[in-house]
Amino acid sequence: MTLIKKSAAELGALIASGEASAVEVAQAHLERVRAVDGQVHAFLHVDDEAVLAQARRVDERRAGGEELGPLAGVPIAHKDVFTTTDMPTTAGSKILEGWRPPYDATVTARLRKAGLVILGKTNMDEFAMGSSTENSAYGVTRNPWDLSRVPGGSSGGSSAAVAAYQAPLSTGTDTGGSIRQPAAVTGIVGTKPTYGGSSRYGIIAFASSLDTPGPFARNVLDAALLHEAFSGHDVMDSTSIDRAVPPVVEAARRADVNGLRVGVVKEFAGEGYQAGVLNRFNETVELLESLGAKVVEVGCPSFAYALPAYYLIAPSEASSNLARFDAMRYGLRVADDGTRSAEEIMALTRAQGFGPEVKRRIMLGTYALSSGYYDAYYGKAQQVRTLIARDFDNAFEQVDVLVSPTTPTTAFPIGERADDPMAMYLADLCTIPSNLTGNAAISVPCGLADEDGLPVGLQIMAPVLGDDRVYRVGAAVEKALEDRWGGPLLAKAPELAEAAK
Amino acid sequence: MTTPTIVKYEEALTRYEPVLGIETHIELGTNSKMFCGCPTTFGAEPNTQVCPVCLGLPGSLPVTNHAAIEGIIKIGLAFNCEIVEWCRFARKNYFYPDMPKNYQISQYDEPLCVDGHLDIEVEGETYRVEIERVHMEEDTGKSLHVGGATGRIHGADFSLVDYNRAGIPLVEIVTKPITATGDKAPLVARAYATELRELVRSIGVSDVRMEEGSMRCDVNVSLMPRGASEWGTRTETKNVNSLRSVERAVRSEIERQAAVLDAGRRVIQETRHFHEDTGVTTSGRSKEEAQDYRYFPEPDLVPMAPSREWVEELRATLPELPAARRKRVQREWSLSDLELRDVVNAGALDLIEATIAAGADAASARKWWMNELSRRATEQGVELTALPITPDQVARIQAMVVAGELNDKLARKVFEGVLAGEGTPDEVVAARGLKVVSDDGALAAIIDQVIADNAAVADKVRGGKVAAAGALVGAVMKASRGQADAGRARELILEKLGAS
Repeated sequence: MTLIKKSAAELGALIASGEASAVEVAQAHLERVRAVDGQVHAFLHVDDEAVLAQARRVDERRAGGEELGPLAGVPIAHKDVFTTTDMPTTAGSKILEGWRPPYDATVTARLRKAGLVILGKTNMDEFAMGSSTENSAYGVTRNPWDLSRVPGGSSGGSSAAVAAYQAPLSTGTDTGGSIRQPAAVTGIVGTKPTYGGSSRYGIIAFASSLDTPGPFARNVLDAALLHEAFSGHDVMDSTSIDRAVPPVVEAARRADVNGLRVGVVKEFAGEGYQAGVLNRFNETVELLESLGAKVVEVGCPSFAYALPAYYLIAPSEASSNLARFDAMRYGLRVADDGTRSAEEIMALTRAQGFGPEVKRRIMLGTYALSSGYYDAYYGKAQQVRTLIARDFDNAFEQVDVLVSPTTPTTAFPIGERADDPMAMYLADLCTIPSNLTGNAAISVPCGLADEDGLPVGLQIMAPVLGDDRVYRVGAAVEKALEDRWGGPLLAKAPELAEAAK
Repeated sequence: MTTPTIVKYEEALTRYEPVLGIETHIELGTNSKMFCGCPTTFGAEPNTQVCPVCLGLPGSLPVTNHAAIEGIIKIGLAFNCEIVEWCRFARKNYFYPDMPKNYQISQYDEPLCVDGHLDIEVEGETYRVEIERVHMEEDTGKSLHVGGATGRIHGADFSLVDYNRAGIPLVEIVTKPITATGDKAPLVARAYATELRELVRSIGVSDVRMEEGSMRCDVNVSLMPRGASEWGTRTETKNVNSLRSVERAVRSEIERQAAVLDAGRRVIQETRHFHEDTGVTTSGRSKEEAQDYRYFPEPDLVPMAPSREWVEELRATLPELPAARRKRVQREWSLSDLELRDVVNAGALDLIEATIAAGADAASARKWWMNELSRRATEQGVELTALPITPDQVARIQAMVVAGELNDKLARKVFEGVLAGEGTPDEVVAARGLKVVSDDGALAAIIDQVIADNAAVADKVRGGKVAAAGALVGAVMKASRGQADAGRARELILEKLGAS
């Protein structure tokens, strides 16, 4: 098997044992990027020389006797929302084109320290607002399963890069489903850790109370290894939880569900759900039962209000978070011809620098926070948040984990929902509740839909700081399904034509 | 027909009753900023005390400075406030280039300290100023408008922004409406600001320097016709940079608003700017077209929940507060109300107390600081505290007076020498040879000469007019350049002239 098809854990072991060098591994992935990224367009920035230099440093550190972690030398792609001192960081927006942050995000810094090699920065919906990566100012990313379809979003560059074997690991951020939904529609694993379990420092904010960094990988164990490598308390993030990282790697290795109580969320089915998605989901629930889990149906009536509450809270916070992009200190500045006031330049720059979806959400949020409307919109949405938390609390009194389809449908064709925000927003229907309450959730592949042969994701949700549970159940499902399929789901993806080298 | 732009103050007060409200911003003297580790030194090179957090760079996050929360809780306690058990920061959203994030982290409907009061004295009468709230926020950067006549943004060629100040911890103290002050309104405003400054300074959380902007007052004034029950429309005057300006700004607004109301027009709710040079306010931004700040709880910070134990610990660290201290000092030093006020106004309280602590008696300590040294400070145009002499040195000089080594006149020469940088009191005494001469031999020679030079006066004394001896003592003092022991000289003169 070529290096690019290996898991992150395998690559880490090969590098540790000296069977492969970090440079060789980096080289193989850079070649793959060159070969397929013209079609996929997962990356916004790759600098071959810088990548090889990082890999060389890891090899030197190892040669120097330094004790390195299990992922040392393994390449990783970062969503372009994580600040990196040695690469531009744009958040997929024209307003930050070419901006070089003077500091690393905590996630970036911790992974550098652990010896991971940053391959590059991946495409995303502008400021993480979207479910298809079509809202990027730098072009669309394509789904490796079907290049005419979206790779999900907002972390679509990161999901596509992993699904297309351009990187074994990548990072994303999940504000309403932006890791789990792209993972589901590209047939890979993606986790939204507990809010506060992983630092937000250095991640360009969309909605501060919801944004959560998390891992993408091609299998559950790899995701757990990455999760563990960058998580844990950070004094730079006041909302970071000062507790030990749940034992996610151990849980992923354990991979059993015997005696575990699994709740099926009753509300996540019916109208709007693709038949093929529900078929795979229902089969997976049966599989869990056959593996020894105790399955019950659980009602979460307030989940129906999660989507509207989210579309008040997230835009409200975004309208404030994005106010800093004003042409004064960094980023784009237009029309500064010496005759205009600061206020005019701010307005003109923002008009030109932000895309339509970002403007839509700034408008929504500004309105929702306005005096006289606050109670009816933002205030009410916060009350809904409390109700949803109550539903989760009730559910987790009866069961250890909740399961649902990750998304109502498989990957949709590029352009299909671009002009219909409501249809686009529905892609996050099942993932949003966990963002509103901060609990842990994962998406693992559970098969291909009958209608279109595209990947379907199973979402597993656990209480706050119950991250280990989602890995334990995810790994059990993965093992059983791969036994059934005779290998990973991704092996069923069509081979991408490699461009001439 | 033109209406007068102001009504004379005394006349205005015959028809209208002022209502005041004062919002005071205090920069805390913490070593680092409110939400990052940047230093807070005043006067550093522009934009050298900044980092990703206080510049609001994408992805940066605030972390609360514990020392600042300690500072505001102490202020809240000093103002007799309730310290709430749980509250949050809020974002105040508006666009301005000196705000790095285009929102200010502040507090909105959940302030940390509520319902306090501060008693102040004006012309012997005590007023209780009720405190609505004391809350925590971050300061903005500072804009410098270059070109144009006024230094304001209007008419400027370009503007520069210094973000060193951005993120410095700022405490805002807001009064409830201050009513029933009548014609004392300007004095009450000034006394409140003065007492607030003393109080904050006494607990050591800020240097409260109005001239450097570490204390800034916004003064709200409205007028209502005498006997009315409904308050008038208020204006908010900013840019009030001294205690004197607080008084003048209130007075000026009363005069201006009275003229507006007399003319049958209405007062516009707006921000106004006070001008030190002319003593009047001019219109700023109209509040009626004011922005909507879209406050909401700051999601990047966790709520503040100061434990009761911590609050009590902080209460226990509070020093004696100014009002209690003044009462004690007045009693211990036996001062009249007027004398106490003079000491306080001269800023001499600390100095006198330290001088007493160094061994001087209260009356002498007060005498030196309030007379000799105050005069010299006035001559030099500096604050008493800025004189190059320490309370220890004053006490030492007084000790030499008590020991009879110096008289008052010589002591003043020692002060002169110390202030001129000639060294410690003992060094000045040695270098200038300032010793009281009480040695009979040395005095006798001077006295003989004086008697010879003033034969007529000496005769009068011999003839029994003992009172005339005073002139001879004066001549001895003059001849000895003040160093003679006047008492001994008198005894010797009377002895020699056979009048004793």
